[in-house]
Amino acid sequence: MLNQIIFGYFAVTMISLALIVITRKNIMHSIVYMLILFFHIAGLYLFLNAEFLAAIQIIVYAGAIMVLFLFVIMLLNLREELRKSRFAITWPIGAIFVVLSAVMIIISVFGNRFANVGNVKISDIEKVGHTVAVGKLLFVEYLFPFEVASLILLVAIVGAIVLAKKEIK
Amino acid sequence: MVSLDWYVVLSLIIFFIGMFGFLSRRNIIMMLISIELMLNAVNISFVAYSHYIGDMAGHIMVFLIIAVAASEAAIGLALVILMVRNKETIFVDGLKELKW
Repeated sequence: MLNQIIFGYFAVTMISLALIVITRKNIMHSIVYMLILFFHIAGLYLFLNAEFLAAIQIIVYAGAIMVLFLFVIMLLNLREELRKSRFAITWPIGAIFVVLSAVMIIISVFGNRFANVGNVKISDIEKVGHTVAVGKLLFVEYLFPFEVASLILLVAIVGAIVLAKKEIK
Repeated sequence: MVSLDWYVVLSLIIFFIGMFGFLSRRNIIMMLISIELMLNAVNISFVAYSHYIGDMAGHIMVFLIIAVAASEAAIGLALVILMVRNKETIFVDGLKELKW
């Protein structure tokens, strides 16, 4: 019963925060609401026995990505943009597309049932700790995707600097 | 015990809210934030499936998705800075060079 109450709190708060985020006029406000949403997602990860992912969520998303967004918005000085309308003229077409793809995805997700195929028990993870379990899997079985992800991050660093730097005459 | 379906429903609702934000807002930074929202919804569904099926591959996938989201935000914001510097606007309907 307690589980349901906690999950209900998380679900209601996250959905209303998501709605608030996409409808605010001032981007600064929506980013602050997004931060609260990220903390709630981290709480949901804790609820699903994924402590390492909860820590990563807070450190990387709340600590790095959202701060990056905040810095860029402060750099751009968007005062005069606040007076214009926030939704594009074509937003009903977007709503139609969302409804159509919602129907398609809901049919495909709830039409397929999954069996318990894995052999990892919650007690196994709790015995060694989630960080150790993820680390063993990441550096043994999924080493190649890990290296590819590091290459993607390198490309992102170089690309961001090349794109945003001023031309030197 | 909360059943898997509730997590999937929650993740789908957040995903479609993010999708609507991406398709309806004019501000390009809001579109990037909506993409982050959609990625987070997918992450919730990965972790929930991983927990209920009993396979840890979903956790690795979430780790990689967070790395890709970080690089995507860096590149996207660099492009936003470039756009504001060259076009003096932050609205995507200000870009109409390719319109016939």
